[in-house]
Amino acid sequence: MKRNTKKYNLKFFLIFALPTLLIFILVMVIPFFYGLLMSFTNTNGMSRFSWVGFQNYITVFNDSRFWNSFGVTIKYVIACVILTNILGFVIAYLVTRGIKGQNFLRAAFFTPNLLGGIVLGLIWNFIFRQVLVNVGTKLNIPIFKDTWLADPDKALWTLIIVTVWQLSGYMMIIYVAGFTGISKDVLEAADIDGCNSLQKIVKIEMPLMVPSFVICIFLTLSKCFMVYDTNISLTKGEPFGSTVLISYNIYREAFNNHNYATGQAEAFVLFIIIAVLSIVQVHIGKKMEVEQ
Amino acid sequence: MNGSKIQSKTSKVVSSVILWILLIFFIMPFFIVIVDSFKSNAEIMENPLNLTAHPTINNFVKAFVQMNYPSAFLNTFIITLLSVLLITILSAMTAYYIVRCKGKTGSFIFYSLVASMMLPFQAIMIPLVSIYGNLGLLSNRLTLVFMYIGFGCGMAVFIFHGFIKTGIPISLEEAAKIDGATLMQTFFMIVLPLLKPVIATIVVLDVLWIWNDYLLPSLVLTQPWQLTMPLSTYSFAGQMSINFGPLIASLLLTILPVLIIYVFLQKYIIEGIVAGSVKM
Repeated sequence: MKRNTKKYNLKFFLIFALPTLLIFILVMVIPFFYGLLMSFTNTNGMSRFSWVGFQNYITVFNDSRFWNSFGVTIKYVIACVILTNILGFVIAYLVTRGIKGQNFLRAAFFTPNLLGGIVLGLIWNFIFRQVLVNVGTKLNIPIFKDTWLADPDKALWTLIIVTVWQLSGYMMIIYVAGFTGISKDVLEAADIDGCNSLQKIVKIEMPLMVPSFVICIFLTLSKCFMVYDTNISLTKGEPFGSTVLISYNIYREAFNNHNYATGQAEAFVLFIIIAVLSIVQVHIGKKMEVEQ
Repeated sequence: MNGSKIQSKTSKVVSSVILWILLIFFIMPFFIVIVDSFKSNAEIMENPLNLTAHPTINNFVKAFVQMNYPSAFLNTFIITLLSVLLITILSAMTAYYIVRCKGKTGSFIFYSLVASMMLPFQAIMIPLVSIYGNLGLLSNRLTLVFMYIGFGCGMAVFIFHGFIKTGIPISLEEAAKIDGATLMQTFFMIVLPLLKPVIATIVVLDVLWIWNDYLLPSLVLTQPWQLTMPLSTYSFAGQMSINFGPLIASLLLTILPVLIIYVFLQKYIIEGIVAGSVKM
């Protein structure tokens, strides 16, 4: 009997867990540790290499291009996280007031999320390069007369606008779920106590929706830190390299400059930043949660 | 009482007005794409916002032929279908194993998979290209499917695991066992059908991800006949530069399949997004 269970357990493992496990090891685990080793060598992916210790990380920390793109990324992420969540929350609030056609509206605001970053970037590239300039010239609106894509101060904002335009519909869906999860009793009690709508939002609905905020901020943070497609299709890092976000910088370092090792060191720095930020953010969020 | 009724009615009207104005800004890009795809380049330069009096399908013909649309569509379709199918079945089986096995192996596998969800793709990308390139496995669509399974199984197992643990009563499986069902029969005939709602969630999240993905396929696929739609759209856009008509037509051709599916399945897609994010 005991041998039978052992055999059964082994068979269970071999058929149900092993295939996934093998693929997971080959695609993620081995490359992860191999990448860790790579970041301590001077490999370029092809010829022989030797160990260089922490040299790559030192190079990364002294590399002004890396810090430049890091700074640009931070600006981009902060603007996107704040604006996306405000807009997503506001739209979610408005489409949960029981107005006509709110299901249609929810579906419509979500639409940009069906498209990939490449297509979105190309559409908006055309809008910023052609449509806005055309309209600006005809209606004599100075701010649109020259394309924003050629202006180092405004080019980053094109990326922010596109990202907020896309992601706020996604976050709206999650905030809608948060709003509909609040019990009607609590809100009715507040009505009877004479709360106005603003008091209800700030004092009741927002504290009860902390879990939604945690999810949405986590999602926007990680999505924005890793943006690549929109970056290459909308601005290509131009003008004058003012919009090279960190993912694109890693790509260029590794595959255009053939510095696999320093590229990998940059990637691990990105990994650590994202990991620390998400843990801190989720931890703070959990502390702020309120029971209904 | 009457006062608050009027108040709520005005607030509904205000909400509606704000939303419909916002919506115009949200769908303006789609409107521009549709309108301009039927215009000649000169007309687009002249005024990108109006409807044309002489619609033409030349842009579509040029885009369809030059971006090799049928091939790109088929590649995207088959790669997405195979990857999502395999991610779903393999992850459901693994999650089932993790919940039902006795001993520590299950939870060890579970925590490794969950930890991998924290890893940004960029941290794996360079060694992945290096290893698979040296083995001569790049430039192959099946390698891409294989990688999608590896990258997708973490989240899928995580979501299945939560559902099986709380939603599938073990008594059903025990009854099946007494009736003489094998492991495989129990799983495929009793457990898997019960997983339908979670399967829908995973299919939605993974189809949107894989269908639109650019970076991984751009590293793996190199031959023109292997390209997926995001890749062929991007390379076509590079050739068109300021020849806007065909460029915009190619964008519409790329968007169209997804939009058509969305019109019919929007309810399930939105439910899938909510379910997927709440379980994160």
